[in-house]
Amino acid sequence: MKHKNVFKSGAIASEFIGESIAKHQSKTNIGAHNIFLGQVRADVINGRTIAAIEYTAYEDMANAKFHEIREAAFNKFDLTCMHIYHSLGKVKAGEICLFVFVSSPHRKVVFEALEFLVERIKSDVPVFGKEYFEDKTHQWKVNK
Amino acid sequence: MTIKVKYFGQIAEVTGIQEEFVKFSGVTLMELVGKLSQKYPDLEKKSFQMAQNKELVSLDSKLTGDEIAFLPPFAGG
Repeated sequence: MKHKNVFKSGAIASEFIGESIAKHQSKTNIGAHNIFLGQVRADVINGRTIAAIEYTAYEDMANAKFHEIREAAFNKFDLTCMHIYHSLGKVKAGEICLFVFVSSPHRKVVFEALEFLVERIKSDVPVFGKEYFEDKTHQWKVNK
Repeated sequence: MTIKVKYFGQIAEVTGIQEEFVKFSGVTLMELVGKLSQKYPDLEKKSFQMAQNKELVSLDSKLTGDEIAFLPPFAGG
């Protein structure tokens, strides 16, 4: 089964996020949006600073997992819509690598739904991150 | 049987390739890991989960002939 592709090449632009918000102005049954933006941190580890993360994924399985997570969230919460985008390839420190956007008639639902989605994405989706330091050496990111 | 095996992230760094076809007559994933650890000795030092046909499975699962993947710790978001 072919699932919707959640992945975007490179960083997620703030313009894309802005346009995504604007597109919902016609959906007037929505009363509350909530947005999570994952940003690449310039962690300093033993004196070396992270400059970028290069993301790869087991794309077929990852898109299937994103689909499962979406379905689980729609079943659990009264959501009007939901959008998830994740970067592949290099994303520099300070840029956005994950964009999760939920909308509902009322606010309480979107707070809970967004946390549910982000936690499931972090734990269940086979995405891998190669953290490049400014000196071009690297280490592998592990979600806590 | 011939099994398509995929490697990701730091596992692909150890194998030097991202996928290969492996001829194998064993029964479980554990046996397949044993065979591949002979080819790639550093594999045993790495932490990974395994997927068969794009679902996480335990090492004592039986091989079905579907695609196998070595998945290092997840790092999405």
